[in-house]
Amino acid sequence: MDFNFTEEQSMLRDTLASFLQDKYSFDTRRASVKSASGWRADYWKAFAEELGILGAPFSEDLGGLGGSAIENMIVMEECGKALVIEPYLGTVVIGGGFLKYSGHASATDLIGGIIGGEIITAFAYAEPQGRYNLADLKTTAKKDGSGYVLNGHKAVVLGAPWATHLVVTARTGGSQREASGVSVFLVDKASAGIVTRDYPTVDGQRASEVYFENVSIPADALIGVEGAGLPLIEKVVDEAIAAICAEGVGAMRKMHENTLEYARQRKQFGTAIANFQVLQHRMVDMFINVEQSLSMTYMATLKLDESAHDRAKAVSAAKVQIGRSCKFVGQAAIQIHGGMGMTDELAVGHYFKRATMIEGQFGSVDHHLRRYEHLSIDTAA
Amino acid sequence: MDLAFAPEDLKFRDEVRAWIEQAYDPDLRRQMAQSKNGYLDKAGQVKWQKLLGEKGWAAVNWPVEYGGPGWTPSQHYIFNMEMSLAGVPTSSPMGLKMVAPVIMAFGSDEQKKKHLPPILTSDIWWCQGYSEPGSGSDLASLQMRAVRDGDHYVLNGSKIWTTHAQWADWMFCLVRTSQEAKPQNGISFLLLEMNTPGITIRPLPTLDGPVEGEQEINQVFFEDVRVPISNRIGEEGMGWTYAKYLLEFERGNAYAPGLMNMLHKVRKIASTEASGQGTSLIQDADFRRKLASLEIKVESLNATELRIFSAMASGTPVGPASSMLKLEGSEAQQAITELTLEAVGNYSAPFIADTWADMRGETNEPRPGPDYAAPAAPTYLNYRKASIYAGSNEIQHNIMAKLILGL
Repeated sequence: MDFNFTEEQSMLRDTLASFLQDKYSFDTRRASVKSASGWRADYWKAFAEELGILGAPFSEDLGGLGGSAIENMIVMEECGKALVIEPYLGTVVIGGGFLKYSGHASATDLIGGIIGGEIITAFAYAEPQGRYNLADLKTTAKKDGSGYVLNGHKAVVLGAPWATHLVVTARTGGSQREASGVSVFLVDKASAGIVTRDYPTVDGQRASEVYFENVSIPADALIGVEGAGLPLIEKVVDEAIAAICAEGVGAMRKMHENTLEYARQRKQFGTAIANFQVLQHRMVDMFINVEQSLSMTYMATLKLDESAHDRAKAVSAAKVQIGRSCKFVGQAAIQIHGGMGMTDELAVGHYFKRATMIEGQFGSVDHHLRRYEHLSIDTAA
Repeated sequence: MDLAFAPEDLKFRDEVRAWIEQAYDPDLRRQMAQSKNGYLDKAGQVKWQKLLGEKGWAAVNWPVEYGGPGWTPSQHYIFNMEMSLAGVPTSSPMGLKMVAPVIMAFGSDEQKKKHLPPILTSDIWWCQGYSEPGSGSDLASLQMRAVRDGDHYVLNGSKIWTTHAQWADWMFCLVRTSQEAKPQNGISFLLLEMNTPGITIRPLPTLDGPVEGEQEINQVFFEDVRVPISNRIGEEGMGWTYAKYLLEFERGNAYAPGLMNMLHKVRKIASTEASGQGTSLIQDADFRRKLASLEIKVESLNATELRIFSAMASGTPVGPASSMLKLEGSEAQQAITELTLEAVGNYSAPFIADTWADMRGETNEPRPGPDYAAPAAPTYLNYRKASIYAGSNEIQHNIMAKLILGL
């Protein structure tokens, strides 16, 4: 049992943190959000070439730095602190995650493309009717010659406007919510028949509604086993959840810091509002929420390679904690900032917006509480 | 970072399990299942603590030089977890966990030699003289006077909320040796024998309805009680420093293992109890959701404790993070006792004054309701103490605001 980071892991954190400190100020980010493209392609290039972080969680066999989910956690926590919008989650954690476990003939090449910054993926899994159910799919992939034809509508595909490829979940068989018959495909976004409607999200990212209209894809677009993709999807989504838990911790940490700082300098009734006990207690509760969230993020991350049951239980428990804490810390941060917290000009509101989206991303508190409850109570002796 | 236990740790876990299996006998288990506050009676406590002592496991947090086992953080974690999951009695903390670290850090060699060995063997029972009727959360305002007279202090005043004073041989006690502008100054830390003339004990029966003589708390009165000056720990007037050091140990426990055992019990009760919908209570959606929420709260605390304790060597205090553990731990304890009370349903109402009477063969009268029902309400009532003692949870917020947030 050991909770220490290796020297390489600490270096990864320091390198990324100092890059973001220099180049990713609140104003710079705001300009990116408001720009036509909505992101900084040159920063992505810098992540790949200058920092080399896009290879952080891949083994050396795959051309990576020999890390694991712990590296994803480190990167995502720092991304949370700086509110990074570039698609590390969709590309490295999710796209890379699927490829890592796929056994795909070209997995090494494709991962090489991710590490080099040339391949950017977005995860097209959710559908308008499916809420958080990963198996509720109307999108179909019908066998056609040696390949498949895709038809369907994917909802709120984060980072899709910047992506070169989409990771698409679709039915190759089974009925709408059945566990079997689900397959995963890596689809070139330039394929004929893909129509997207791009839009900004509340938290400063970009997303698309993606429509597949008789999109022909080759046989080797299939990731994993045809019709048996759900367990792989659940595994990668659990890894993604652990990663956004870390991002949430980073965002909460900053909201807590900003709130303390503000409360120390804001004066009312002739004294700093930080001297009021009612606010002090609330800020202590914020601190406890951040610490408990960090602990649960560690546990979820360290259990990602355990059995599917233990992994899912740890991840859902963490998501419940982080979801609740994001709400508590975020609302308290805005409240203590008073009217200033309502303005667009302070960073705190922007952290709050990202934290609020994290609350629901890949499943709400209720969703994960239910999942945890089924895994925990039903299997207890 | 790695959660896995080394092979030698797994071997150690087997050793702990095997020992519990053999030492924690059916009598102790039955008695514990009917406890209203997590303790046995004095005879039971001493029996259990001596068993631990014989194995060398009485004072697992002590440094090796004083008789601690010198375990790694992993071993501590395993030991705590196994003991808690088995539901063994809580060792009385006043000697082992509270006064002992203070004696080690600030006591004289003579005091160490005299007091530490009988604490280790559970031959001397200690109680804590901190709170006074007028000094609760504002502990530093304490007024019990200790006036020098030759080589003695003469004590007058009273201490309150004194746990198990009626069983205690010795008390560690905060007294005022001088009046200073700042109340924290002028406090001294004394050790005294409970059979010293002038001491009287008044039981304070609590909401859980304890049997006479087994009350958890008391008020202790001091009338011209003579205590040798040589019984003082450290310097005169420095007692507040020692008192705070002790409090970090008092609060800085691992709460999660014990909480897991409490959760295990309520889950078992809910599997037995009917929901009124033709299923067991554990199948009731509302109940399940509450139980799952509490399990996650406990898992979070467990993870935080792992993080804190894995970085600590034996015998060091936790620091101000102990306030966080105390806050989260006590809130979870209370929430679980609340859910247990709810799970028991109608049979939470009958009051069984002495839940151990049938074990002693003093009654053959069958109880109304299942055996697990009787302690549910008393335990719920008893655990309201958890957010009040060792510095109320509001005081813990103040401490964290000051020491962690720097406010």
